[in-house]
Amino acid sequence: MDHSATTAVDPAVREAMLPYFSEKFGNPSSLYTIGRQARKAIEESRQKVADLIGAKKEEIIFTGSGTESDNLAIKGIAFKNRKKGDHIITSSIEHHAVLHTCKYLEGQGFKVTYLPVSREGIVNPADVEKALTPQTILITIMHANNEIGTIQPIEEIGKIAKEKNIPFHTDAVQTAGKLPINVEFLDVNLLSMSAHKIYGPKGVGALYIRKGTFVEPQLHGGGHERNLRSSTENVPGIVGFGKACELAKERLPEEAKLAELRDRLIKGVLEIKDSYLNGHPTKRLPNNANVRFSYIEGESMILNLDMKGVAASTGSACSSTSLEPSHVLMAIGLKPEEAHGSLRLTLGRENTKEDVDYVVSVLPKIVNKLRMISPLAR
Amino acid sequence: MTDGYSEKVMEHFANPRNVGEIKDADGIGKVGNPVCGDLMWIYIKVKDNRLEDVKFKTFGCGAAIATSSMITEMAKGKTLEEALKISRGDVADALDGLPPIKMHCSNLAADGLHAAIKDYLEKTGKKMELPKIEHAEH
Repeated sequence: MDHSATTAVDPAVREAMLPYFSEKFGNPSSLYTIGRQARKAIEESRQKVADLIGAKKEEIIFTGSGTESDNLAIKGIAFKNRKKGDHIITSSIEHHAVLHTCKYLEGQGFKVTYLPVSREGIVNPADVEKALTPQTILITIMHANNEIGTIQPIEEIGKIAKEKNIPFHTDAVQTAGKLPINVEFLDVNLLSMSAHKIYGPKGVGALYIRKGTFVEPQLHGGGHERNLRSSTENVPGIVGFGKACELAKERLPEEAKLAELRDRLIKGVLEIKDSYLNGHPTKRLPNNANVRFSYIEGESMILNLDMKGVAASTGSACSSTSLEPSHVLMAIGLKPEEAHGSLRLTLGRENTKEDVDYVVSVLPKIVNKLRMISPLAR
Repeated sequence: MTDGYSEKVMEHFANPRNVGEIKDADGIGKVGNPVCGDLMWIYIKVKDNRLEDVKFKTFGCGAAIATSSMITEMAKGKTLEEALKISRGDVADALDGLPPIKMHCSNLAADGLHAAIKDYLEKTGKKMELPKIEHAEH
């Protein structure tokens, strides 16, 4: 139940990738047969990735990860437009790939506004409008949050950006392949995607760059990917990503159905005394449940769940290498001890009603056991 | 996470010893900080300068719970002088080590025990050489 962390490669994706490791190992830049085979495979994959989000093939740049896509979009726009302005608008609940890139740019002399979010974890488009200055060169707001699953009003934000002619980037790593996306009806200029969140391989991502939007490359070299991302292409990875996008498009209705399982899970878990839902009840990813339990800490919940065969994650600092509780949970106004007591369960294709009922049946005992030990519980 | 935890840590975490409060405790040590996600309360019962009983209540991660459990076992039956000599390192060693990130933030049990003894000494007006408590700064 930790599908927002990563997913298993779909067998059909693996099958599609396999020939490109040995038989068809050509370098897509080579002119002879196996090189041309690889080039053709990449271009077919580009089409499939484009089709998933309603883009044109030429608007897709393959990268090495969702993080790299975010970096290319944000630094790429910032450095390209430095003469026009130095101000960037983002939110306080972005993924670190966005937040840390913005922090880096602050060190390079850019100014960044980190917008607050509501208690339910949603950015207010009016705040975006208020934050605009004549110096604003980029707005970057995620499509849906990776921890609490909240879906942001990117249509409205896109309209504001378009009206003011400011490039708008969205990190769609958690949504591309999970929610229907059509860039034709969405005023985004740049959109980040990742393969391994949608049953594709790790180590490959993509950045959608709308025709007419220009970014400064961050990797210089042989001029691959229209000179925007030099590096010999990860052919098997790209082929896998293309296949994963093709399957994701076919299976979008199934993803939407996960909302029923999610709601069953949330309802069951909230039966536990002193438990609360983090995020918005309906404006959330169909696979995301994030609940906080008073008086107990997340890592100890996860270790106990692991002993029962359930994989989950937490916003508690104790589960990571940092000592701070999750910035997302702090941004929605939780106290540190509340943030430490949060549990994220994210569903995927292979989860069943039985899985959900199993978690709902084992969790109360775990919470009670930890509360027995806790000095905070009354 | 589990990768970094020894079997002994996981065993104490899964079956913590001496959980609970001592209603008529002779000393209580409260250490930790909710910001870091670890709070530890250690209760002691003293008889003839020996720790007759030691119990704990902890809010925290696997390492915080395992070190709490371990120190109650290590300290029970010891004289106050012996108990004051138990260090953070001793607790970690007794658990076959802790992941580096946990050594600093969650390895509070020795501090908790020392704070409980200090509380007892203050309540009873007794004097004893106390080791300096290294407070975790976050």
